[in-house]
Amino acid sequence: MDDVIEVSELRRSYGGEFDAVRGVTFSVRRGELFALLGTNGAGKTSTLEVIEGLAPPSGGGARVLGHDPYRERASVRPRIGVMLQQGGFPGDLTVRETAAMWAGTLSAPRPVADALEMVVLDARADVAVKQLSGGERRRLDLAMALLGRPEVLFLDEPTTGLDPESRRNTWTLVRRLLDDGTTVLLTTHYLDEAEELADRLAIMHHGRIVRTGTVAEVVAAQPSTITFERDAPGAPPLPELPGALVVDDGRAVTVHTDTLQETLTDVMLWARHHEVVLDQLSARTASLEQAFLAVASENTSELAEEAAA
Amino acid sequence: MSELTTTAAPPAGGPAAWMASARRARALAGAELRLLWRNRTAMFTALALPIAMVALLGNIGVDQYTGMGVGTVLVTIMIGFVLLFVVYYNLVTAYVARREELVLKRLRVGEATDAEILAGTALPSLAVAFAQIVLVTAGVAIVVGIEAPVNVLLALLGFVLGVVVFVLLAGASTAFTRNVEMAQVSTLPVLMVCMVLSGMLTPVHELPDWLADVARFLPMTPVIDLTNLGLAGLAPDGTSVDFAESFGAAALPTAVAIGWIVVGAWALRRWFRWEPRG
Repeated sequence: MDDVIEVSELRRSYGGEFDAVRGVTFSVRRGELFALLGTNGAGKTSTLEVIEGLAPPSGGGARVLGHDPYRERASVRPRIGVMLQQGGFPGDLTVRETAAMWAGTLSAPRPVADALEMVVLDARADVAVKQLSGGERRRLDLAMALLGRPEVLFLDEPTTGLDPESRRNTWTLVRRLLDDGTTVLLTTHYLDEAEELADRLAIMHHGRIVRTGTVAEVVAAQPSTITFERDAPGAPPLPELPGALVVDDGRAVTVHTDTLQETLTDVMLWARHHEVVLDQLSARTASLEQAFLAVASENTSELAEEAAA
Repeated sequence: MSELTTTAAPPAGGPAAWMASARRARALAGAELRLLWRNRTAMFTALALPIAMVALLGNIGVDQYTGMGVGTVLVTIMIGFVLLFVVYYNLVTAYVARREELVLKRLRVGEATDAEILAGTALPSLAVAFAQIVLVTAGVAIVVGIEAPVNVLLALLGFVLGVVVFVLLAGASTAFTRNVEMAQVSTLPVLMVCMVLSGMLTPVHELPDWLADVARFLPMTPVIDLTNLGLAGLAPDGTSVDFAESFGAAALPTAVAIGWIVVGAWALRRWFRWEPRG
């Protein structure tokens, strides 16, 4: 019901030939963070451009806060904040002057000083934009996106080029905004960022959404992994592990399984019974990265079939 | 309070919408004025070049215009130079600079509309252009003297139409200007043609007939025609007219200028790019 962003059967083609987005459908609920992931050229930015109201779709459509973002931009823009993957500000203005200019274009801006403080740029307020580091520019861009007190925030790779501390600060800030009820649509190349922040996510590949759901749901299809090393070459052979795939090079062992608890118990009991010492023992459920890489590889073969057909 | 202002967008076209539009353009213009002030090259082009040109021409003598005093001729030439260098050249540079810095792209995802972004960027140059013309006219009136204008409305009309034409042509010219350095070359065709053939230095009616027929339809010619009409009662065909007759003589130049506005607006919509070539 309370979907802030609705995208249905969205298509974008360039020059009638190349289909960058081939029927994408998803929705973002009020107050959640939805992450749009995908390899380069998957169509993320082309999709975002339509939702941000920068371009009309070639087919299907998008609604933001109940409006068409392209045709009814005057109703939508005052309520959203956008941070582009690549955006610029005049190099000869200071940080404060830039923020004041941007605030002058907004319906209900928050005080410039507040916005700069939120992204920890207040100490750099009188520095010319051209003298900022890449990370500082990203934070200035984020401050501009926050200046209008947006209900919906679009963040296109917000932490690219940030040092680890600034990245953490940005995550904390984004969580605070979510707590205040802001809805966020995020794209990122950092899968740990999506794992950390996203309520739900979609993985795009070649213009389509190929996985969607919570992090746990997307990862669930992937096998868990147990790895260890055996110290003694003469150790007894591994037990039968039903349903598991075992890769054993004689020393390092990797076990892939859909039933982590059972398989791990079997391995542990075997180790105790034979008094085998397992070095570097690790057992983990699948990561988002694993799910992401699996998508990238399986769809490459699917594409080959499509091309052949 | 903030609830109201964030959720209730003013109705399109209403006075509140116009106020909001003016406020956004002014915020962008303020920043652009700072940038102009901090850019010495642009500042020199905008402030010194037109004045230097007029001073130079004033010294070598410009009495080839029959029926016009030297002061009036200098003011007419001044208006032409200001439109070409302060408005046209300066704005090609400014639009291209903002495009290449990805500033235009960034501004487009905000609340300002496309027209507000272009107008806001243009406003400081237009203010400088207007101030220059007022100052130089006053200076010329004091130093060499100037006759009372025949129809000052037409001179103003010519200036206003000229401003719109050259802002639009500046926007369209960015399409074939890859970077700021290239603006020095890409603006040459418009600058040269307008200076030589639009009556700024030689009256159009003294050109060979076939050339004069072409020159009539150049973007700067109607501006110079209307200025000559308004300031000196000199019609495009070289005859003298009084206040009443001046309106009839203004019809063709006004139509030509409006034609250029239509062409310029179309070219701008068709070819203006908001971000660097990929």
